[in-house]
Amino acid sequence: MNNHSTPAPLRPEDDSGAGSSRDLVLGRLRAALGDQRPAPAEVPRAYQGPAGAGDAHRLAENLADYHATVHHCSTGGIAAVIDRLLAGRAAVVPPGLPEGWLPPGATVLRDDGHLTHAQIAAKDVVITAAAVAIAATGTIVLDASLDQGRRVLTLLPDVHVCIVHTDQVVASVPDAIARLEPGRPLTWISGPSATSDIELDRVEGVHGPRTLHVLLVT
Amino acid sequence: MTFLGMPARAPRGVGHLRGDQPFPAAAREALANSQLRRNVGHATTTIRGKSAAVIGELPDWQQLREAGSAIKADVMARLPELLKQLEARVTEAGGVVHWAADANEANAIVTSLVRATGSDRVIKVKSMATQEIGLNEALEAAGIAAVETDLAELIVQLGRDKPSHILVPAIHRNRAEIREIFLRAMPGVDPALTDEPRVLAAAARRYLRETFLSTKVAVSGANFAIAETGTLAVVESEGNGRMCLTLPDTLITVMGIEKVLPTWQDLEVFLQLLPRSSTGERMNPYTTMWTGVTPGDGPQEFHLVLLDNGRSAVLADSVGRQALHCIRCSACLNVCPVYERTGGHAYGSVYPGPIGAVLSPQLTGIEDNASLPYASSLCGACFDACPVKINIPELLVHLRNQAPHPAAERAAMAAAAYTMDHPKLYAAAQRAAKLARIAGRRGQGLPRPLSGWTAARDLPELPKETFRQWWAKR
Repeated sequence: MNNHSTPAPLRPEDDSGAGSSRDLVLGRLRAALGDQRPAPAEVPRAYQGPAGAGDAHRLAENLADYHATVHHCSTGGIAAVIDRLLAGRAAVVPPGLPEGWLPPGATVLRDDGHLTHAQIAAKDVVITAAAVAIAATGTIVLDASLDQGRRVLTLLPDVHVCIVHTDQVVASVPDAIARLEPGRPLTWISGPSATSDIELDRVEGVHGPRTLHVLLVT
Repeated sequence: MTFLGMPARAPRGVGHLRGDQPFPAAAREALANSQLRRNVGHATTTIRGKSAAVIGELPDWQQLREAGSAIKADVMARLPELLKQLEARVTEAGGVVHWAADANEANAIVTSLVRATGSDRVIKVKSMATQEIGLNEALEAAGIAAVETDLAELIVQLGRDKPSHILVPAIHRNRAEIREIFLRAMPGVDPALTDEPRVLAAAARRYLRETFLSTKVAVSGANFAIAETGTLAVVESEGNGRMCLTLPDTLITVMGIEKVLPTWQDLEVFLQLLPRSSTGERMNPYTTMWTGVTPGDGPQEFHLVLLDNGRSAVLADSVGRQALHCIRCSACLNVCPVYERTGGHAYGSVYPGPIGAVLSPQLTGIEDNASLPYASSLCGACFDACPVKINIPELLVHLRNQAPHPAAERAAMAAAAYTMDHPKLYAAAQRAAKLARIAGRRGQGLPRPLSGWTAARDLPELPKETFRQWWAKR
């Protein structure tokens, strides 16, 4: 049994308490490994590394498999597709979303960083760009750039419309990891919100957006 | 007696690593519940099929497993240094790192952090570490409500139930039972609720939305933490994780110290291994990665609590330490013939199934979970399914050698061998067993000294006459 007493710090800033637990845990770990430290293992990375550009058709297939809706269009056709998807509903968009993507006359609230959660939640649709998309898994990654916005924007509205250019499509997870910047807040999205909690069967639609539209732009 | 700095086990009297009864007794109760067996059997069959299909899509699956295994071995060899590196990076990025020697200390740290915010409620994203330490109970005792937001955890919480699976804690409940729990315990639920999974999910969405928007503090676990960058990752499906990691002002993450990974690149291995092994998906719907605090985006106060609670003692065993490689995918549960029949509750600990049978006794000390290393037929399916190649059968045998009751087991086996070598004794023992069955005393097992063997095993149903009796009549 554990007989020594380790007073828990009453406040997190209390350095003496936190410091002693830190030393205690690190000391235990050093003792556990002993003098004869196991040699750091060489990691065999014989798996497939970054493969470069991904197949947009494979991305579309995998997105559809997890019940995202895929639309193919040209850069000039983005606004028309969005107009059809909005069907008169109001949207919230990140500060840097290109104006040309939005249909004229659409009801759009642009996030200036000061919108409240309630204001964002009140919109039916959010429209963003993406940082990278992974063909092998049907995944879109957002990195909170100005055309994607802070993370809450793509969380509260029930419909997420995401514009992906085919030159953003990479083959595999290692490609995405190589391209992404770890210091940014990252959200990996693979299909609409879902759960496997009822009889281990995937069901779409819990807390995140229940509908995901992806525009694949060539 | 433990000396300062010596590896220590998880303390008694707190958390959920020890069951109320030994595995054989708990398993016998579970086996009598045919609904539970049907639910668990259906779910594990479904997930095995899905998982096999998506693993089959990756030609380099075995190479990924090799890499995952080697990365974890490397982590164990350099754990103190990697944790210090992680601490430095998280601190530079605006987070605050706390060290908790055990469950009591972790609970005290989180409680004081929540109190400092003035909030009397936290939202939680499913986390094995916080279940292990009994954080919800500690918070409740301090007057702080802990709201579980994962659908399965919500089902368990509303049903006043216990989790029975690492990934899907309500796996023992079918849709009809979930509907009944919601109708009974979910405030404001639509009385016309059906048992369609989609309808049940929508009910949870409505119920939790206001709570997400109005709660100022969240508590999470972590799937991975990158020492090189200070980045944390939570892998989830529903979006409740994103809600907890994005909306509140304060985020408190409790993480077992073994979850650290050396480099950002290592994620390319684990983000392929984990979803395909756990939910059988190419990728889970949502993964959130964050590094400290980002001004204007997400919680502006971030605390990381690094938890030992017995892990240092597991690390001290050069064979046993591979149990710390576990990434909590639950593939070993889904392929285990024992788990499939008993469900998760019989294991007593929050870590059920094959990995629980080797992890729980090491965290608590073998004396507190002595029967768990025997909760297996050593068939080896768990080893084959493990994405980081933990040799669970080897660990089970290793732990059986440490368990306090092998002496009784050895005596019983010696007696059995002697009896089987002596035909008259064997015939007598068989007749005795048959009599016991006829008398309706199933479970009593063989007479002494063979009772030591049957205490952990139910005797198979015996034929009306023994082979010897039948042969003698011919």
